[in-house]
Amino acid sequence: MNNYRSWAYIPPLEQKAVRPSWLDFKFEKDAKSLLPYGNARSYGDSCLNSEGLVIDNRSLDHFIEFDTEKGILRCESGTTFSDILALIVPQDWFLPVTPGTKFVTLGGTIANDVHGKNHHQDGSLGRHIRYFELKRSDGKKILCSPNENPEYFNATIGGLGLTGFISWAEIQLLKIPSAFIKVETTAFHGLDEFYELSEKANSKHRYSVAWLDCASGGKQFARGLFMSGDHANYDRKEKSAIREPKISIPFNFPQKVINRYTIRAFNALYFNKNKLVSAGKTTYQHYDSFFYPLDGIGNWNRIYGSQGFYQYQFVIPSSERSTMEHILNKIVDSGLGSFLAVLKEFGNLPSPGMLSFPRPGICLALDFANRGEITLKLIEELDQLVMEAGGAVYPAKDIRMSSKAFQQYFPNYEEFKTFIDPRFSSDFWRRVSGR
Amino acid sequence: MEDKPKNETIVIFGATSAVAQKLAQLHAQAGDTLILVARNKDRLNTVASDLLTRGSPQVDCLTSDFDIIQDHPSLLKIIEEKSSNISKYYFFYGILPDQKECEASWEVTHKALMTNLLSVMSLLTNIANRIEKETNRGLIVVSSVAGDRGRQSNYIYGTSKGALTIFLQGLRNRLHKSNCTVTTIKPGFIDTPMTQDFKKGALWATPEKVAQDIYKAACKGKNEVYSPSFWMVIMLVIKNIPETIFKRLNL
Repeated sequence: MNNYRSWAYIPPLEQKAVRPSWLDFKFEKDAKSLLPYGNARSYGDSCLNSEGLVIDNRSLDHFIEFDTEKGILRCESGTTFSDILALIVPQDWFLPVTPGTKFVTLGGTIANDVHGKNHHQDGSLGRHIRYFELKRSDGKKILCSPNENPEYFNATIGGLGLTGFISWAEIQLLKIPSAFIKVETTAFHGLDEFYELSEKANSKHRYSVAWLDCASGGKQFARGLFMSGDHANYDRKEKSAIREPKISIPFNFPQKVINRYTIRAFNALYFNKNKLVSAGKTTYQHYDSFFYPLDGIGNWNRIYGSQGFYQYQFVIPSSERSTMEHILNKIVDSGLGSFLAVLKEFGNLPSPGMLSFPRPGICLALDFANRGEITLKLIEELDQLVMEAGGAVYPAKDIRMSSKAFQQYFPNYEEFKTFIDPRFSSDFWRRVSGR
Repeated sequence: MEDKPKNETIVIFGATSAVAQKLAQLHAQAGDTLILVARNKDRLNTVASDLLTRGSPQVDCLTSDFDIIQDHPSLLKIIEEKSSNISKYYFFYGILPDQKECEASWEVTHKALMTNLLSVMSLLTNIANRIEKETNRGLIVVSSVAGDRGRQSNYIYGTSKGALTIFLQGLRNRLHKSNCTVTTIKPGFIDTPMTQDFKKGALWATPEKVAQDIYKAACKGKNEVYSPSFWMVIMLVIKNIPETIFKRLNL
C-alpha cells in the first residue's frame, strides 16, 4: 500500500501515481484515465482515481512572482497554503480565503473552490483567483481568467480536477496589519441564539464561525460557542512565527476509544472549558490557532482508527430552520455525531465556479466514526432532508452520495460535463455521473 | 543560523536537483546571492524566479554540461566574473545508474564515473587551486552512504561515491592550513525524482530534511555528515561486518 489515499482513510484503494517536478511534464499515454492529486486533504474519493493514474502536484511548488505592492502572488499549483503563508505574512499579506487546514495545495483549493470563515464577506476562493493555466491532455495550454476563456475558468473553479491540470495560478491577497486576529467568543444555547449572533456578527466582522455540540440533547441541545474575528494590529514582533505541529497521532487509535460516551464527555468538557475561559471575552489569537487549530495535531484523522470515518458537510437555505433543527435532532439521537461540528452562515456573494459548493444558507460540517451500515443509513437520511430543503452536500468531503443527489445539488452538472478533459476522471466522478 | 555570515554569495553545481532547490531556498531566505549552474536553462529559470521571490537579492543562472571537462576552466572564469567573493561552493549533481546496465556495458559504467566522480574532481581541483590562497571558503559535496561499502546491488554508483569521499578526505587535509573547509554529505535514501521508482519505507527522508542537515553542516564547516544522522549508526554496523560474511549477504 503506498501513501496515496484520502484524508478519511475510506476507501483504502491502491492508487498508481506519478510525481512530476517541472511544468513541462507529459501526461502518461498508457494510463486509462488521469486525475490531479494534491496534499490529500479531500476526505473521500474526489481525489482518487483507482482505474488510472493520479498526478501528484506536490513537487510543482515553485513561486513564480510576488508583487508585494499589490499583493498579487503567482505560483505553481502544488504550492501549499502553508508555504504561501510563510512567505506572505511577514510582508503583511494574507490569503483572501482559507479552509480549516493550511496543508492544502493551491491547485486543490481551486478545484474544490474552498470557503472559509469569511464567506459572508468575501465569498469563496474562486472570487480571488486572477489567472491560471490549464494543461489539457490534447497538449493545449489554456490561460484562464474571468475575461479570458471564462467558460474554462468557471468550469475549473470547483471542477474537482476534471477539466485538466492546473499548472500555476495567480491569486489576489489580502492586506493585514499583523499575524493576529482579534477574536470574540460567545456561548449560545439553541439554534435561535446562533442565528441571532450570526446575523449580528456577519455585518460587522470579517470572520465568523461556531462550534456546535452534536452529542448532547435535552437542555443542552444545540449549544455551542460562537466566534467572530478580524485582523488586528497586535504584537508585530511575533508575526512571522511559523508553528509546526506540537503533537502528532503516531498510529490509528483502537476503534473502541471513540464511542457515544467519550464523544459526549469530550463535547461537554470542550464547551464548559471554553465557556469558562473565553466566552464573553476578547482575545488576540495567532492566525495559526484561529484558522488551523487541528493542524496543531499531526495526523488527527488517526483518532478514528483504521476503519476511518465519514465527514458530512451540507448547506441549506437560512429559511429552512426547522429542517436544521430536525437534522440536528437526528444526529443527537443517533449518538453517532462526533467532536467539533462546525456551523457557519454563508453569504450571498456568488462564485464563478459552475460546481461550486458554497451558496447562501447555513452550513454544518461534522465527522461520523465509521460504524458501517448504521452510519451510512443515517447519512443517507440526512441527504434526503438536505435534498428536500434545496441544499447541497460538499463533494470534497464525500464518498457516498448518489448520482441522483449530486445532480440535484449541482444543477450546472450538464453544462459542466462539456468542459471535462476527455482523459480525466475520478472515483467520485464515475459514481456521481453514473458511469 | 548564528555562525552564518550575512549576505554571502554561494555557487550551486546541479542546482535543479530536488535537494539543491530546498538548500537554495534556505540561502534565499537568509538573503544570500546565488549563482546556479545546471544543464537545463528553463528549469534554472524556474528555480531562479522561486529563489528571488523567497528573498534572494540576486540569482544568476549558468548552463553547463559537467561531463565536458575541458569547459570547466571557462565555466569557473565566468563564475568568478559574477562575484569575487564566493564563500561556498555546493556540489549536488549526480546520476544513479542501473547496476545491471553497468555490468553489461562499460559505456554506462564510464558515464557514471565521469558524472559522479571525474567531473566533480576536475571542478574541485580547479576551485581548490584558486581558493588555496584565500581563507574561510567552504566546499560542500554530496556523496552517499552507498560509498561506504561496495555491495552487489549498486557498486558502480557506490564506487563513484566512495572514491569521491576519499578524494574529499585528501582535499580537506590539504586545505586545512588555508582555513578552508571541505564538507562531505552522506545522505541515505531520499524521496526525489531520482528515486521515483523505489518502494519507500521508514528509512526514506524528504529533500527538505536533507537540505536542512546540509545547510547546518555547511554553516558550521563540518567534515563528514550523515543525513539523516541515524545513517551513521547503520553504516557503522554495515562497515564492520567481516568481508567473509558480507560477501554472502544479499544486499
